[in-house]
Amino acid sequence: MATMSLRPCGDFRTTYKQDTVIFDTRNSRWAMVLFLMALYVMVLIPVLAPGVEEAPVLSSLFAPFYNAQYLSLAIQACYWGIAALGLNILVGFTGQISLGHAAFFGIGAFGSAYLNNTYGIPVVLSIPLAGLIAAAVGLLFGSPAARIKGLYLAIATLAAQFIIEDLFIRLDWFTGGSYGSLANSIELFGVTFDTDQKFFLFALSLTIILFVLAANLMRSRDGRAFVAVRDHYLSAEVMGINLTKYRILSFGISSFYAGIGGALYGHYLGFVSAEGFTILLSIQFLGIIIIGGLGSVMGAMLGTIFMVLLPEVMAGGVDIIASTEWGNTPMITNGLAYFKEMAIGAAIILFLIFEPDGLAHRWRLIKAYWKLYPFSY
Amino acid sequence: MSEETAILDVQGVSLQFGGVRALSDVTFSVAKGELFAIIGPNGAGKTSMMNCISGRYTPTEGRVIFKGREVTGLKPNQRADLGIGRTFQNLALFGHMSVLDNIMVGRHHLLKNGFLRGALYWGLAQREELAHRRDVEDIIDFLEITHIRKAMAGTLPYGLRKRVELARAIALNPDLILLDEPMAGMNLEEKEDMARFIIDLNEEWGISVIMIEHDMGVVMDISHRVAVLDFGQKIAEGLPDEIMNNPRVKTAYLGEDDGGLVFTDDDEEVA
Ligand SMILES: Nc1ncnc2c1ncn2[C@@H]1O[C@H](COP(=O)(O)OP(=O)(O)OP(=O)(O)O)[C@@H](O)[C@H]1O
Ligand SMILES: [Mg+2]
Repeated sequence: MATMSLRPCGDFRTTYKQDTVIFDTRNSRWAMVLFLMALYVMVLIPVLAPGVEEAPVLSSLFAPFYNAQYLSLAIQACYWGIAALGLNILVGFTGQISLGHAAFFGIGAFGSAYLNNTYGIPVVLSIPLAGLIAAAVGLLFGSPAARIKGLYLAIATLAAQFIIEDLFIRLDWFTGGSYGSLANSIELFGVTFDTDQKFFLFALSLTIILFVLAANLMRSRDGRAFVAVRDHYLSAEVMGINLTKYRILSFGISSFYAGIGGALYGHYLGFVSAEGFTILLSIQFLGIIIIGGLGSVMGAMLGTIFMVLLPEVMAGGVDIIASTEWGNTPMITNGLAYFKEMAIGAAIILFLIFEPDGLAHRWRLIKAYWKLYPFSY
Repeated sequence: MSEETAILDVQGVSLQFGGVRALSDVTFSVAKGELFAIIGPNGAGKTSMMNCISGRYTPTEGRVIFKGREVTGLKPNQRADLGIGRTFQNLALFGHMSVLDNIMVGRHHLLKNGFLRGALYWGLAQREELAHRRDVEDIIDFLEITHIRKAMAGTLPYGLRKRVELARAIALNPDLILLDEPMAGMNLEEKEDMARFIIDLNEEWGISVIMIEHDMGVVMDISHRVAVLDFGQKIAEGLPDEIMNNPRVKTAYLGEDDGGLVFTDDDEEVA
């Protein structure tokens, strides 16, 4: 019978509990835990023992983990990844569409800065509170979903994007208007997360927590309800699922994640301005989940990593071409900005055509391959 | 039928779609524990009747009373909470979910842990999930679909999908289950299995059943009582034997008075 499980032979479950775990094999679970622990340790050591950079062998070992560029990319992967996961809950799992995700990302960024600057609420608290503000606004702008679907919903969320973007400029007291607002560093237990290394550790922890929460949600009642609404809303309703509730709730949760991602972004940059939250970013988030895999928690992160690395790879490629004699023309050297956007567009189209299930699907196949290596049966 | 023993009372239900009158003044009553069949030619309004009971359509006139309570204006999910389960004439599984998850969705209204506890999972939500998982496994065993419990519902062959749909409806713990052509498009063996499941869920699980079915052999064999719809009107109701020999029913089906009731089953549209 066609089953989707790719567990190796002999790996039997003896309790229902074992059968509801997030990672479906012990190896994949431990590989993930080890990978993350190694990441923490490698970043933490140069923080705790600053001399390491100078030590002969160790310096090259740790170099990537205090490399400013790598760290900033990794941090970007965290705040985008959290927001992309939110969008995937809405689009991938619940089957609704949003063209306004960047606006909720922005609300989180401004909201957290505002709460911290105005009321002196510590940043570690203002970040989740900003998530709640974004969720509240998301529930409001998501409420049309109770009545409309598809193209009409897309237009309604597009309207939300433009309205909120406009409010970012107008609501001076909240956003600092066209000047933007400053966002302080994160402080926790007397530690200020002011370097990229420390900030990454904080961002990574938050990311892990939010991804685990989402994975849990998806294996419990309301997560199943979202997918049921997506797959067949009529029979979902007959199964006792309140369509209106879940359609709108999905907007709330999705915006909560967007808000947290945005808040993290704001406190990382130290400065929030309205230009960062345009429709282009909304579309980029959609691109991330299409590339990563709609309806996959892991896919949201894989797609984000892809999207974060794409411009870097492009820049590298352009550098190489520009270093050749024929390639050293203004068209190539000045064209990088355009190449990036073209590459993002091309990547989305190629994935839609050749890998509609996204990187998450590739990931599963690779895992299956290694599990069975060297015997493919 | 006395009020106390009726699980469902349909009183003077009419349903109008623009100019089409899908149901006119249909009245019948189903007793607790009964296996009640609705038959009738294509387009007679059987599915429309079922939609009025499950809440997909609101009747233009008339009332639907379930367990002594009027449900005419309630939404489908509210009626599910009260204990009405159903399957669809056209397959309506959640195609990208595993069979197990499909059936777990049926437990939705029995599960109490919402998204917050679900996201925290360990503890309350997990305990509840596992407890219900056990019940769901009983249903899976009962319907003999153990071997496909991890398969994606969308990849299954037709007969098995029908079975999974039945499992999902049973998972709701309904007092009344509505089956819209549960055997359409099945081969003889599959039909026999399905008939056995329906009898079991009626007799052993104590669930009242309303079944729409074109296969007269099955209907006459397993149902306790039969109602016949034609052009949206109820033209007969009674024991299977009575229906077999009812001249109006014969006319409705065959357009003439003689000849036995032999029907081909046809698998067609209209959700
Ligand atoms: N949503 C709808 N809009 C308009 N007309 C409808 C709708 N649903 C059903 N009808 C009409 O109501 C009538 C009864 O349809 P219904 O589906 O209830 O018949 P049925 O007895 O289930 O037939 P079948 O045996 O083919 O399933 C048909 O004429 C059909 O065209
Ligand atoms: Mg029908």
